[in-house]
Amino acid sequence: MSVVAEGASDAWVITRRNLRKILRVPDVLVFTTLSPIMFVLLFAYVFGNAIGSQDTGVDYTEFLVPGIFAQTVVFGATFTGYSLAEDLQKGIIDRFRSLPMSSSSVVLGRTVADIGINIVSLVVMALTGLVVGWRIRSSVLDALAGFVVLLLFAFAVSWIMASVALLVRTPEVVNNASFIVIFPLTFIANTFVSISNLPGPLATFANWNPVSSVCQAARELFGNTDPAAPVPDAWSMQHPVPYTLIWVVIILAVFVPLSIRLYRRAASR
Amino acid sequence: MPPVIRATGLVKKYGAVTALDGLDLEVEEGTVMGLLGPNGAGKTTTVRVLTTLLRPDAGHAEVAGIDVLRHPRELRRRIGVSGQYAAVDEHLTGFENLDMVGRLYHLGAAASRARARELLEQFDLAHAAERVVKGWSGGMRRRLDLAGALVARPPVIFLDEPTTGLDPRGRVGMWDVIEELVRGGTTLLLTTQYLEEADRLADRIAVIDRGTVIALGTADELKSQVGGEQVEVRLPHGGDLAAAVRATVGLGVGEAAVDERDRRLTLPVEGGTGDLRELLDRLDRAGIPVSEAGVRRPTLDDVFLSLTGHTAEEPHDTEPTDEEGAA
Repeated sequence: MSVVAEGASDAWVITRRNLRKILRVPDVLVFTTLSPIMFVLLFAYVFGNAIGSQDTGVDYTEFLVPGIFAQTVVFGATFTGYSLAEDLQKGIIDRFRSLPMSSSSVVLGRTVADIGINIVSLVVMALTGLVVGWRIRSSVLDALAGFVVLLLFAFAVSWIMASVALLVRTPEVVNNASFIVIFPLTFIANTFVSISNLPGPLATFANWNPVSSVCQAARELFGNTDPAAPVPDAWSMQHPVPYTLIWVVIILAVFVPLSIRLYRRAASR
Repeated sequence: MPPVIRATGLVKKYGAVTALDGLDLEVEEGTVMGLLGPNGAGKTTTVRVLTTLLRPDAGHAEVAGIDVLRHPRELRRRIGVSGQYAAVDEHLTGFENLDMVGRLYHLGAAASRARARELLEQFDLAHAAERVVKGWSGGMRRRLDLAGALVARPPVIFLDEPTTGLDPRGRVGMWDVIEELVRGGTTLLLTTQYLEEADRLADRIAVIDRGTVIALGTADELKSQVGGEQVEVRLPHGGDLAAAVRATVGLGVGEAAVDERDRRLTLPVEGGTGDLRELLDRLDRAGIPVSEAGVRRPTLDDVFLSLTGHTAEEPHDTEPTDEEGAA
């Protein structure tokens, strides 16, 4: 087998191992399925009634649900870091270290498995969304593209969290550290409210925040925007799909090599 | 034939702490080398360097003719490692664990499955093959871990304290498994804190202390260095220890030692139970009652006391345990 084929095979073996845990570890199953349901219901009924119309020209539930998709998959990246840090503390990592496997496959197998976890979460959230009144008003292809954009961005954020985990190596610290970053990123955005309601500096931040462009891209691709509604001035909001993809490429270009280097360092201590 | 494992001048420091201090070691093909030493002596660090898991600060090491530092991945195809703590995945079944290891050795799907079944059978784990490891006993996990080290049939195997933490039954079971393995001609490097274990399993023993080999030889050679066996008697309350010591004159190969608080008398001997019988006869004739008696074989403590002047259990204040050192 060539080096590349071996590497791909190793990563797939690790991916399968990680996916098995979704069904076997109750925490993971709850994290993957129940908490997304809870988020959709909580935000739709609590925020939905309190916040009401957002001058977006669409029903708040339709505005909100793609935002919850984005928020959930970005938060899901914390799980990547948590699980990787946990693996580093468990005995199995010693076995991995002693095997002639590709050194990138432990991290790659983790982030790829988390795409699987996000797919499950998105399906569960979409079904819950449909129950509370969210609708897809675009073509099947556009809707699929919407989910792909969400998954790609989540995959990129997973690599950031993988680097964090390999630096700090304690699952609890990974959780706390990442929340400090992820809460502002997902809340100073158009995730739950329209940017036009935010004060000046926050609005500027929100306009260029990639979480906003992910939400905007998802809303446009699901047909949850009103074409007649005013478009923000920022290029990022006018072209959310390319803007999001640029971020995905930049994040992966930085954090994939960084994570692999950090793993090698962590594995040879 | 050149040795299968050859290490020269290995040095590893953690800050101010020296884990390996110029360690040299050679292991011949098809033999079992036991690394014997207390916690913090450098046993685990040695294994981690020889298995590519840790870079030494200085020195050179070759295993199976492959340079440990230059071709780590090549070497990993040729060795099996089983550590102090079972390196198994709790959320996978026994079969899934071994199948995964086989695939990561790139044996291919069919061969990995077949090898996993074969090893589960061989290690008496077939009944638990489809159960998640989380519910397994410590002994079963260790056997699974050892099986994981054997998946690719490596010619050289490293076992780091394979029986630490096991109950006596688990320990004997593990010994049987290891002896079976060695009969097949595998070269084995084994670390242990137990002289009894090294005695039973190893062809040659290297005693390690403070990061260097301080004695090397067969179990018999080491024991003769330590002074062999001792007979030990304990007197009841009020027993006359001084009279007992007088009764030992001319018996054994050295002077009797006395522990007043414990009312215990220890005498180095060469004749084992014969000397014990003689001592008991003499005490009986002298009218000295005895509450306990026995022949004591040298322990790790004795080896250490005799070789280093300090006991194995005495912590060296500046040295971390192997575990801390390797973390």
